[in-house]
Amino acid sequence: MISYTWHFDIVWQYSRLFLAGTGVTVGLTIAVVTLGLLVGLVAGLMQLARSPVLRWASWAYIEMFRLTPLLVLLLWFYYALPMLTGIKIDALTASIITLSLYGGSFYAEVIRGGIVSIEPGQSEAGLALGMTPARVMRRIVLPQAVKRMIPPLMNQSIIQFKNTSLVSVLAVPDLLYQGQVVAMDTYRALEVYTVIAAIYFVVLLPLTVIVKMAERRLAQSN
Amino acid sequence: MTDTCKIEISGLRKSFGSLPVLRDINLRVETGSVVALIGPSGSGKSTLLRCINLLVIPEGGRIRVGGDAFSFDGDAKLSSAREQARFRSNTGMVFQHFNLFPHMTVVQNVMEGPISVKGMPKAEAEARARKLLAKVGLNDKGDVFPSKLSGGQKQRVAIARALAMEPAVMLFDEVTSALDPELVGEVLGVMRDLAADGMTMIIVTHEMGFAREVADRVVFMRDGIIVEEGPAREVIETPKEETTRVFLSHFHNRG
Ligand SMILES: Nc1ncnc2c1ncn2[C@@H]1O[C@H](COP(=O)(O)OP(=O)(O)O)[C@@H](O)[C@H]1O
Ligand SMILES: [Mg+2]
Repeated sequence: MISYTWHFDIVWQYSRLFLAGTGVTVGLTIAVVTLGLLVGLVAGLMQLARSPVLRWASWAYIEMFRLTPLLVLLLWFYYALPMLTGIKIDALTASIITLSLYGGSFYAEVIRGGIVSIEPGQSEAGLALGMTPARVMRRIVLPQAVKRMIPPLMNQSIIQFKNTSLVSVLAVPDLLYQGQVVAMDTYRALEVYTVIAAIYFVVLLPLTVIVKMAERRLAQSN
Repeated sequence: MTDTCKIEISGLRKSFGSLPVLRDINLRVETGSVVALIGPSGSGKSTLLRCINLLVIPEGGRIRVGGDAFSFDGDAKLSSAREQARFRSNTGMVFQHFNLFPHMTVVQNVMEGPISVKGMPKAEAEARARKLLAKVGLNDKGDVFPSKLSGGQKQRVAIARALAMEPAVMLFDEVTSALDPELVGEVLGVMRDLAADGMTMIIVTHEMGFAREVADRVVFMRDGIIVEEGPAREVIETPKEETTRVFLSHFHNRG
């Protein structure tokens, strides 16, 4: 430990694996962020529905996913759900479903919060013109609420990017999984995991800068 | 009868929880006439206006605006969101705090109703909006955002936005109460012009001078009931009821 000689050149020979893994991680993140936002929008709107059944159903979904560790959910969807339904799903599908539903439960709270932060006078003005409640939501409330939601939604998506590393336990060939392969091949765990951490950091750094800028712009426009 | 009376309210009732806010309100507004609704804070004036365009759903009674009537007795009150929207499109409402849409320019604010509710082509809606903005004295402000306007200008945009739907009646809820004193006049001026054009209006206001001058009738409310009602000059200058007199004395004292 004291006189360790770093050998990044060995790791460099596996750069194609790291690249492939990064591709899977980024692609998976794009998929689960997109699907998660759709799920979150539906669940967030259901929270505001007049029907108590809809409100209760979305509440149950949100809390169930928010209060269960993601690793437990991943294992449950991959191993337990097929036993329950009799339908076998591959690791990637299980990962996408789990991460989308997990992310969606957090997005739902952001979306609901953004909508209720718009003052009721805005809806009333739209209704008074003769717009239906659905149209008021689309034309008046959501355009204003989305602006406020963007920074917290981006923060949540950054967390999702990191969350995808857990899919390596299901042998989905993401960045971390490929790193584990390389580490076992080379016995160079220190270099490999340092490089992996650096890749996550380098991808996320510009995104966090963008979030900061968005937050500042929002604060100015208010 | 439908010809001379534009708004007809009978037996209107509304409570919030255990608090009765409107108790058996009966009111008729003649076509083209202006009614000023006055009364102390908390007497139910806003609730009454909001019932007339269904932003608040009454618990009993009947409301007719033009040829369009709603009954809230029995189980008739469960009207669909679409029916309520259609009913509201026929009544213009202006709020104390303007409630302009901040993500749209001034002209887009005024175009929103005709485009969104009536499906009017954009060019036609814009032409109508610009004409209305000129009418309220804001033809040069169409392309700015509401945040750039003074309170008086915002309120005039709000009036233009409501007028763009060509409503049968206009409802004003303390529309000058949030304004700096020097900006009150420009808004009252627009309302005076509307009255002269023959618009049917109900105006909740604390501007007694304006009420006396512009309104045909004054209705005094207190604790959810109409205490006194009559020709504007008569009610304001020689009220019959003691509570009306006490309420009005606050204004005379203030000068
Ligand atoms: N949405 C509401 N929920 C509960 N109470 C309300 C609501 N709106 C109004 N009230 C109450 O109803 C009474 C009448 O209010 P309002 O119609 O606003 O009176 P005004 O406009 O004459 O001041 C007040 O006591 C007020 O607190
Ligand atoms: Mg009021």
